[in-house]
Amino acid sequence: MRSQLPLILTFVAGVIPVIALFSPHPVMVRIASRADRWLVIMYAFAILLGVVSVVQSNTKKIARRDRGWPYAIVLLAGLTVMGGFGILANFGIFGGITTVAGRPTPFQWCYSNVFLPLQATMFSLLAFYMASASFRAFRARNLAAGLLMISAIIVMFGRIPVGEAVPFVPMITEWIMDNPNAAAQRGIIIGAALGAASMSLRVILGIERSHLGLGKGE
Amino acid sequence: MPSIGTWLGALLSLAILSFLYKDNPLFRFAESLFAGVALGYYIGNQTNQTIKPNLVLALTRDFAANWDLIFAGLLGIGLYFRYIKKLAWLARVPLGIYVGYYVGVTITQKLHGEVLPQMKDTILPLSGPGLAPLWNGLMIVGVFSVLLYFFFSLEHRGAVGVASRVGILFVMVSFGAAFGYTVMGRISLLIGRFNFLVNDWLRPLLGAVF
Repeated sequence: MRSQLPLILTFVAGVIPVIALFSPHPVMVRIASRADRWLVIMYAFAILLGVVSVVQSNTKKIARRDRGWPYAIVLLAGLTVMGGFGILANFGIFGGITTVAGRPTPFQWCYSNVFLPLQATMFSLLAFYMASASFRAFRARNLAAGLLMISAIIVMFGRIPVGEAVPFVPMITEWIMDNPNAAAQRGIIIGAALGAASMSLRVILGIERSHLGLGKGE
Repeated sequence: MPSIGTWLGALLSLAILSFLYKDNPLFRFAESLFAGVALGYYIGNQTNQTIKPNLVLALTRDFAANWDLIFAGLLGIGLYFRYIKKLAWLARVPLGIYVGYYVGVTITQKLHGEVLPQMKDTILPLSGPGLAPLWNGLMIVGVFSVLLYFFFSLEHRGAVGVASRVGILFVMVSFGAAFGYTVMGRISLLIGRFNFLVNDWLRPLLGAVF
């Protein structure tokens, strides 16, 4: 029962949106609309599940005095402060998560002055590594690598004011984006969507069951 | 004089940028803080913007219309049974329902929202004024050759091999364009950070000192 019940429930839950798509019956439509709302609520609980795992692994790291354990304290401190303000905001303490009378709440203050600068700088750091990666990747060893290099250079050049001022460059950039790029993206989207749909079917039919921690024989 | 918030943002930005020299404790500190604050942000965001309005407020304001959401909440809490060894198997029940419904929605969304519209948009006329038929033909060839390139149930030899080689050329042009876009995005982020450091932090600081 421990393995069969979740598989049966996966199947039943999985066919609801498929039936709802083909059946406009009011009962089916209502079930699907309520189930959509259930999904949103369960998603929030599932996201927070990850937080528990991070707390567990970092507290273990601190307890064992593993390498880099002081940084685990920093992580937990950041999580406690930001998460604490977020939880208190639910009860109206400190006034919510955005602003009160034009002044940011503590949660919003931490978001603007800690989270945003850290996130933006972390991602901007990648500009340097992408530059060095492109130096290695952009060696026109064959036709494919040459096309990669040429299209990247044209698109980069066409998206800056100097490039936009050069005749034909914006036009060529638009052509690349609207034709060969769109064709390849379309092929990739169709392929990936078919792959996702077939994988979904495997999950509904119980062929793929690794998400439940079950092997093929269970 | 810059505010405390600006000082904090500037020092943390510099700590992250210090990685360009080499890995160092300042960077590790900022990196760990980022991970912690990001998780804290998700806690605040999910509890305030999802659980509170969709579950708590819905139940307290109109219980008669939303009583069924109690089960959604219980199933959500049930996911945490995985941390109680004896009851860990029970966590599979909400997980099965959640994943089952999610993949059911995915099937319909992917087929109706992506595959069919993309195929419809690929059915293009090969006649008409100007260069449009040529570009339409290029689009059709590109889509089919890329699909063939990712189709591994057929050996890529002969005509299929030629088509898949054409497909890789389209993919390379697309990856190059995507790479160019990503680089430009990251560069503009970097410009934004330097803008902040110079105009919001350094200039007011120098103005206050001198």
